[in-house]
Amino acid sequence: MPEITYREAVNQAMAEEMDRDSDTFVMGEEVAQYDGAYKVTEGLLKRFGEKRVLDTPISECGFAGLGIGAAMMGLRPIVEFMTWSFSFVAFDQIFNNAANIRYMSGGEINIPIVFRGPGNGGVNVGATHSHTPENFYANAPGLKVICPATPYDAKGMLKTAIRDNDPVLMMENTILYNNKEEVPEEEYLIPFGKADIKKEGTDLTFIAHGKAVLTCLKAAEILEAEYEVDVEVVDLRSIRPLDEETILNSVKKTSRVIIVDENKPFCGVGAQIAYIIQEKAFDYLDAPIKRVSAVDAPQIYSMPLEQVQLPNAQRIVQAATSII
Amino acid sequence: MSQTEAKEDKESHVDAFSENPINKNLTAEEKINFYRQMMEVRCFEERAVHSYQQGKIGGFCHTYNGQEAVAIGTISMMQSDDHIITAYRDHAHGLAVGMNMNECMAELYGKVTGCSKGKGGSMHFFAPDKNYWGGHAIVGGQIPLGAGIAFALKYKGTKGVCLCYMGDGAVNQGAFHEALNLAALWKLPVVFIIENNRYSMGTSEARSSSVSPLARRALAYDMGYDTGIGNSVYEVRVKTEQAMEKARSKNVPTLLEFDTYRYRGHSMSDPDKTYRTKDEIADYKNNQDPIMLFGSILIDEGIASEESLIDIKKESRKKAEASAKFADESPFPEIEDITKDVYWEEDNPEHKTSEGTMFFK
Ligand SMILES: Cc1ncc(C[n+]2csc(CCOP(=O)(O)OP(=O)(O)O)c2C)c(N)n1
Ligand SMILES: [Mg+2]
Repeated sequence: MPEITYREAVNQAMAEEMDRDSDTFVMGEEVAQYDGAYKVTEGLLKRFGEKRVLDTPISECGFAGLGIGAAMMGLRPIVEFMTWSFSFVAFDQIFNNAANIRYMSGGEINIPIVFRGPGNGGVNVGATHSHTPENFYANAPGLKVICPATPYDAKGMLKTAIRDNDPVLMMENTILYNNKEEVPEEEYLIPFGKADIKKEGTDLTFIAHGKAVLTCLKAAEILEAEYEVDVEVVDLRSIRPLDEETILNSVKKTSRVIIVDENKPFCGVGAQIAYIIQEKAFDYLDAPIKRVSAVDAPQIYSMPLEQVQLPNAQRIVQAATSII
Repeated sequence: MSQTEAKEDKESHVDAFSENPINKNLTAEEKINFYRQMMEVRCFEERAVHSYQQGKIGGFCHTYNGQEAVAIGTISMMQSDDHIITAYRDHAHGLAVGMNMNECMAELYGKVTGCSKGKGGSMHFFAPDKNYWGGHAIVGGQIPLGAGIAFALKYKGTKGVCLCYMGDGAVNQGAFHEALNLAALWKLPVVFIIENNRYSMGTSEARSSSVSPLARRALAYDMGYDTGIGNSVYEVRVKTEQAMEKARSKNVPTLLEFDTYRYRGHSMSDPDKTYRTKDEIADYKNNQDPIMLFGSILIDEGIASEESLIDIKKESRKKAEASAKFADESPFPEIEDITKDVYWEEDNPEHKTSEGTMFFK
């Protein structure tokens, strides 16, 4: 199997789906001539031409809404946000229009659109540029939200997203773009709502999505080596729909849970998961559910401080040792 | 250069802008100070680039090289009641209103001695004590704020004006149009200033805007507009003064556009290989550099010499070097600082009225 980067995985998924369906096109800032601000769309303009790979002005509200309108007409736009922090300029289009039009039309109109781009902190760019809005968007019935952590997942899930008849929001991470993994050459699709157990274990469950999954795997190694604790790491992959079954099965097996999230804690994804666990697996719990989130403040710019503000392996290990 | 060439060159520097009283009445000292300010900005940015390459600065860092005459020229027209706000290419505006290099460089380093205590970084400089309201990194986000500052000035009855800066790419944000309409409708004392450096990241103006010149968009709101050459301190000052005067005396907003150019990539992360030629950059640097042009004007006017200008460059470099040393030696913020400066109420517990939990884990 060829080893490819996360960046290439996203790129391949788009290219394959554009090959497959001529109604699929990509637009966003710097996606065409510049080959993408993070080079995720590299080569697409050359391959598919200007009609299907479009550089937009810095008008997120305009082009996100334009994409939704085109999707209403049956096209399948892939809209890249240079980062998800800039999607707030287009929040109304996504949260009001993309999420609700199907419902308000009594199911008459579908919105087969994908919004994608990186949404992460940890790169020293300050509060306005470090948002991780999966919880905001997953709050809206009508939107689907996915946060793949690995190249394999990114490719399989983006392909599913492009074929999906509902609006799908994929949140990537600039820090993951260079990560490599073996990915099959033959086509595969990963359905939404299926979590993936990235490491099996018996003593304690970590639940995470996006880059936090990798931090959890690091913390699990430390716990294994230094505390002889065998951790299971559940990678949600998809936030909405959410794989309750895999979460609950793991909790029933280990009886201890830590939810790790690079987002701020209040009304974060972890809050919903903690609710589900206490409701459906209360009797299996041997300790209170713990969360490790970003320290609850706007993202700090200062590099060493931001590293502490985000969940790191150390903070996760600390939380783990408090409940084992 | 032959005698006659030199003479012609000299004559070409005398024009309506240099003869305008706001420039003609400047003292030699004031003029030399503009030169010094531009040179300091240039040297600060070059030192920041060096520190970035050393790994001392991270994240996004946007330099101002090539655009100096716009910030220095416009800000030189500010009076004590006037205010400014800009986007993320904000170092020059900070230095121009009188922030010192040390606090600016320390901010880039993420140090607690920085102007925002290491919390804002390159794109988020602020100095409200100097009427500088930032430093805003979401493209277009500062434009309604600029209208709001002008609204407050009018509301309070001060005679101040707000200078609100943006790039050529920012005019395509909805916020730009909404703010311009409000400013025109409510007659706000604001001057919107487009620093048109021809590119928004890797996209040329022609590939992103349907109207040229960009300032013509003001017509949609029945607002006055003007365009000018952004590498000429004198011209920038005159055009700015005309717009500020309208704002001051009649509460009439203006959209001003200055043509300018940036030498370096969009930010330190831009390899700058795809969207313009090396020749284009070299041509601007060699023939239209605002610092070089103003230097030769000062020499022609007989108030500076090659040597005195070189001395200014040396002094500016030294100052920038010292700021890097200061930044390097300063401490980082403490972990507890992360949750400070979020809410006024939490930072002023003696006045706290809220109950309940403010921060969560
Ligand atoms: C809403 C939003 N979209 C995208 C970006 C990313 N971005 C930062 S600067 C920039 C280009 C802006 O160009 P321009 O307005 O011409 O200003 P310049 O950088 O040339 O000074 C882009 C696309 C952003 N910061 N905010
Ligand atoms: Mg520009």
